[in-house]
Amino acid sequence: MTHHFKVNCLRDNLKLIREFVQTVLTEYPLSEIETNQLILAVDEVCSNLIIHAHDCNPDINIEINILGSEELILFEIIHKNTDNFDFSQYKNPSLKKIVQERRKGGIGLILVNKIMDNVEVKNENTFNIWRMSKYINAG
Amino acid sequence: MQIQALDEDIFHIIQINGDVDAASSIILDKAIEKAISEDKKNILIDCMHLNYISSAGLGVFVYYIEDFKANDVFFALFSLSDKIKNIFEILGLNKLINIADSKEDAKHLRNDSSL
Repeated sequence: MTHHFKVNCLRDNLKLIREFVQTVLTEYPLSEIETNQLILAVDEVCSNLIIHAHDCNPDINIEINILGSEELILFEIIHKNTDNFDFSQYKNPSLKKIVQERRKGGIGLILVNKIMDNVEVKNENTFNIWRMSKYINAG
Repeated sequence: MQIQALDEDIFHIIQINGDVDAASSIILDKAIEKAISEDKKNILIDCMHLNYISSAGLGVFVYYIEDFKANDVFFALFSLSDKIKNIFEILGLNKLINIADSKEDAKHLRNDSSL
């Protein structure tokens, strides 16, 4: 079964996104820690898209799909393509460097990479699709 | 998200209630900035009622680490739930920021560090 959620690009909608993910994840045998990690990973991508890619433009929507099986949960986050972000070229910066440079940003995608088992970003026509998957009970 | 700040002996305690995300992290940022500007030397963050934190909130702590060192400020978080503590551990932030189980433990950490 696919769960679908669509919101416009407002910061305050991040809470609604987290509530949506939380509700869907109750269907899976996850601990509170695992559930929080997955909510966080989705929140990080969505906040990047809402704030940085779309500058909190309420006329633009992002869509979230959650598909699952007994072994895997797949999260898709779809938005209008703006910058052709090439995730395959992204390398996690070191935390030490972020601290030394007194950066408030730069941590979100590190978390996404550490939490999810697979992350890919595809450009399809005028849309950009983040696909993130997590094996259940994979350790 | 709501923030309350209070002074207890030598400690300035900032209590967080709710979710710290990209929409609300600015409130936490202002509270810590204010504490530093008021020359508070022992800042504790009460996370008992912190329900959720994203990278925007973590980034606030990361941003001030160098300020705390430069201004000789003791800084610690206490009473984190297991799910919140886990996020600090994923990043390795628990090695850069003092994390205590309780307020009393956080105060002891400060006293031990000043010996």
